[in-house]
Order: sequence, then structure tokens, then C-alpha cells
Amino acid sequence: MSSAAFIVIAVLTLAAALAAATLPKLIHAALSFAIAFVGVAAFYFLLGAEFVGLVQVFVYIGAVAVLIVFTILLTRRDPEKDRGFNWGGVVIALAVFGGLLWSIFETPALAVLAPTIKPLTVKQIGLTLMTDYIWPLQCVGLVLTAALIGALILVIEEKS
Amino acid sequence: MTPTLQLFLIISAALFCVGLLAALSRRHAIFILIGIEIMLAAAGLNFIAFWRFAPPPHQPTGVMVAIFAIAIAAAEAAVGLALVIAVYRNYRTTNVDELDQLKG
Amino acid sequence: MADRFPSRQVSAAVDQIFIQAKQWLLAWLAGAPDWVMQLASALINIAMLLGFFLTLFAAMSVLERKILGRIQNRYGPNRVGPFGLLQPAADGIKMLIKEDIVPARADKVVHFAAPILIAATAILALGIIPYGRNMTPFAIDGGILFFFAVGSTTELGVFMAGWGSNNKFSMLGAMRAIAQMVSYELPLIITTLPVVMVVGSLSPDAIVTAQGGYSLGFAPRWFAFTPWGAAAFILFFISGLVESNRTPFDVPEGESEIVAGHMTEYSGFKYATFFLAEYLGMFAISGLAVTLFLGGWQAPVKVLEVIPSYVWFFLKLSVLLFVFIWIRGTLPRTRVDQVMNFAWKFMLPMAFTCVIAAAVWHYAGRQLYGWLWSLAVVAVVYFALSRLLDTRRKFAPRNYRFAE
Repeated sequence: MSSAAFIVIAVLTLAAALAAATLPKLIHAALSFAIAFVGVAAFYFLLGAEFVGLVQVFVYIGAVAVLIVFTILLTRRDPEKDRGFNWGGVVIALAVFGGLLWSIFETPALAVLAPTIKPLTVKQIGLTLMTDYIWPLQCVGLVLTAALIGALILVIEEKS
Repeated sequence: MTPTLQLFLIISAALFCVGLLAALSRRHAIFILIGIEIMLAAAGLNFIAFWRFAPPPHQPTGVMVAIFAIAIAAAEAAVGLALVIAVYRNYRTTNVDELDQLKG
Repeated sequence: MADRFPSRQVSAAVDQIFIQAKQWLLAWLAGAPDWVMQLASALINIAMLLGFFLTLFAAMSVLERKILGRIQNRYGPNRVGPFGLLQPAADGIKMLIKEDIVPARADKVVHFAAPILIAATAILALGIIPYGRNMTPFAIDGGILFFFAVGSTTELGVFMAGWGSNNKFSMLGAMRAIAQMVSYELPLIITTLPVVMVVGSLSPDAIVTAQGGYSLGFAPRWFAFTPWGAAAFILFFISGLVESNRTPFDVPEGESEIVAGHMTEYSGFKYATFFLAEYLGMFAISGLAVTLFLGGWQAPVKVLEVIPSYVWFFLKLSVLLFVFIWIRGTLPRTRVDQVMNFAWKFMLPMAFTCVIAAAVWHYAGRQLYGWLWSLAVVAVVYFALSRLLDTRRKFAPRNYRFAE
């Protein structure tokens, strides 16, 4: 696993996520949010889970990011900037980060290098989904249908 | 440095905290949703990192959980954004501080 | 029989000529570390891909206008060069020297990045298509999924173009374009499902090799010749027409309706980039249609296998591109609500029936029984849908009045 690629992708992802969290203009934040997800997908490729990386690009950037920009468009008011930034949130986020770092460094079993594994093919993922994970698959289908119907009902305008 | 598991976990913890920052410190409802999505992505990254660094025998559990997490995150984003639009239609605001009609 | 061996060797050599050229180029870097070799190999692939497709784009821009002209009973461009074939050079120079106007209150970064993003996604999509035997630039396991993942990123670029121009027409055009593209992504993806299901793999190479061989000695086993494959091919082609915003579905760029939609505020080189992205998207969709349904680089008859594989791919691609241009010259533009109705009420149910018909065909062992049943499934659903969605009864009969 290349360390140069790791550093580049890590810098890109964290910078884009920070930009998404702190930029005042909403559309810029939404677009850097999409870039952050490109970074996360690149991490998945680096880790050898290519299928998940492709699904990530497809779902998050192709669907969720488009949804977010559409919603920004439909709920616009002037001025478009977000007013007010709550600095208490920064304190809490830093505290949580400190706590997580402490727990990561306290666990010695985590300082391992990557073992060599056989690459996970799409065929194996498909087989596992259809045999071991068939119930979660059907439930996810149900959840997605419910979400689709629910979202439509929430935004449909009654023609009165 | 060759990436160890600790390094990946630190990155995903940092990503999670950036998402937490976005969700806690912004007042626009859509920013909060963006923060939640970033947190979900960080958790997925955590799962895939653990899957990759696991000792043999190698189970595909991490990859499965990440796939389901992405699907659920998409569904939740759709419903959340529909809620934001519905609230905007009725109250003409997306500032979550102004949505306090149930305040006792 | 013995005298055919030299010609077979010659044809095999010509078939692999690009691979041999690339190996020869890489031999110059023989002692370099591994990552340099990989990088050099990737760069050579990219250079060859870009070189070929940019030339094809230039050729197509003039050929399209000439063919459209002939359909409309006039000459196309015929001033620049013999038969007007050097027109792309003149177009290129014109686009490059035009002043680049950016609206004063436009969002500079977003306005600049939009055409780049759209062109980049179109070029990325071209990377996984097998152009010949062993000639896939980037052969990854989930190639088809990569194609669609990259294609769905185009919508974000279209939105950026519409929003970054700070223009209400651009925004409306962008929203219409995105609505259209999102609606037709579903039939596009679901019509590739039968192919993936029958082959059992998402890799384009595997899909092409699964269409090899000849049944009854002369008929190629392409998926377009099966009942479900023919229906899926037509649906895929129509969805490809919509995804590349071509007539009859070019509402986003219809001049008479919305100026130029999301491309209104772009001039000069950026407009040329949009144009390039549209054509490259067309090439990518046609290339994928050839791979999925028309057997990729396989020859249609065994005796013609002497012709190299990339020539066959290019011939099939040219036929599909000609059909794209032909449809543009023949059909008028549809209305936006007609486009949406067509997608959700007709194409989506038909796409699902293609999946069912393919399953029937595959699990009946691909015998005559399976062929007839899958043909029955497709035909029944098609006629049922066309009866249900019949709109003729909603309109009064026309009476024609002629000048007396």
C-alpha cells in the first residue's frame, strides 16, 4: 500500500471535509462535500474494496450531492450565507477527537500492518449478499421503498 | 510511513469529528445534514479499514456493512432533505434556531 | 490448409499491433522501478485513447453536419478543405480565439470548474471499454459499475454550470437537464442488468468473451440477437440518446426554448468543452452498447475474423453513431413532460420485463423453449403497455382545411 497515495488522499479528504464544515456559502460547502466523498472513495480503492468505492461514488456523489444542491436551490433566501457559527461545537468536536485519539493509542493491538489478502471480487460480494445477508438485503429494499414514499409524501403539494 | 491500522483509524476519527463540527456548529439545516453524511462516511471508512487489516480467515463482513451503511445513508439523506423542504414551505426559514414553537 | 497459416499469423499480428507498439515503447524504460512502469503504461494508454477520440470528435463534428445537411437536402459545410473536411480546424481556431466572457456576478470557481468536470467524467467513462482483443485501457473488475458511477457524476457538473452562471435561464435549463438525466439513468442501468445477469460478471472483457462463438456455425451469439437483448438494446440506445442530450431529447439545449440552457453563459473554449463532453459522452454510450449487446470486438462471421478486432469495434461504433445522427435529422424535439412520461411509464416497466425475459431465457437452458417464452414475455408486456398508455383517445380527431 503506497504511503504517498495515502498522504495525498488523506490531505484531500480532510481539507474538503473541513471546507464543507466551515465555508460560509452553502453551494461551495456542498461542492467540497462532494470532493470529500471522492477522497473517501479513493481510500476505499486504496484499501482494496473497489466495489464499495464505486458504490460510494455512485450513491453519494451521483445522488446525495445532487439532492443536497437541489434542496439548497429550493430553500433559498437572500442573503445566502449562513448566519452565525457556534464555537461551542468546535470545542465539543475537539474533545471528541481527543477522546478517540486516546482510545486509538491506548490499544496496542491496532498497530498492525496490512496482511496480504486475496482481492475481493464482485462475484464473492454478490454470493455473500444472496446467501448470508439475504435478510438485511430485503430489509434495506423495504427501507428504501419506505424512504422513497415518505419523501414524496412530505414534499408533494396538494392541488387544491 | 507505511499506513498501519492506527493511521487509518486516526483519519476516520478526524473525519468523524469534522462531521460532528459541521453538525453542531452550523445553524442551517442542510449544513447539519451534510455533517451527518460526513459522519456516516467516516464510520464506513472505519469498517473497511478493519476489514482490510483483519487477521486470516478473512470475512467480507466489513464490506457488507459498509454497503448497507451507504444505502441507508442515502435513504436518510432523502427523507431529511424532504423534511427540510417541507419545513421551509411552512416556516420560510431553514435556520434551526428559529424552529422553536414547541419551546415551553 | 497449410497456406492459410501465414495469413492467420499476419492477421493476429495486425490485431495486436497496438499492444506490440506499447510494449516496444515500454522496453525503453526496462530498468525502472515498478511504479514508473505502471505510470508509463497508464500514460501511454491515456495518450492513445485521447488521441483517437479527439480525432474522432473532430471528424464527427464535420461529418454530422454534412450528414444532417444531406438529410435536409442541402450540402453541409463544403468550403474549408476538400469536401469541407478541414472544417474542424477552422472551428477549433474560432473557438480558441473567441473572447472568454464570464458574467460579472457569476461564481468564478464554480463557473470555471463545471465544463472541466463534465468533460473529465466523459473521458473517464471511455477508459473501461474493450476496444479490441486485449485492448481495454483499464480493465477493472467492476467496469460497468465504474461507467455508471462516473456517468452519474455528470449531473453535478451540469448543475454547477447552471448555477455558476447566475442566470435564471441557465438554472432552469440545468434543472430540466438534471431531471431528464436522472429519470433515464434508471432504464439505462436496468437494461444492462440482463446482460450482467446472463454473463455473471461486471467486467466488460468477460461480457465480450461471453458473446463469442457462433451457434449453428454462422450466427454470432451477440446478445442483440436474442429477444430480451434486442429489447434491452433498443431501450439502452434510447436512454443513451437522452443521457447525451441529443435530439429528440435535447430540451436542455434547445435554442428555441431556453436559449442554450445551462451553457448560455459560456463562450469560446468553455463552450467547445461542453460540445466535446457531449460528443465524448455519445462515444462512451455507443462503445458500451457495442460491448454489451453487439459483441464488442468480435467479428460477425467466422471467415471475416482476419480483419483486426479494433476495426470491427470501430465499424460497429460508426454504425451506432450514424444512427444517432440519423435520428437527430429525422425526429422533432419532444416536450419535457412527454420525456418524463416516457421514462417512468414505459421505459422502466419494459426494462424490468427485459430482466425477467433474460432470466426465463437463461434458466430454460437457452433452448428453443427459452427463446419462445422470453419472446412471449417481452411481446405481451409491450402490447399491454402500448394499450394502457394509448393517448390517441385523449385528442379530438383532426380535421384538415385546405385552401380552396
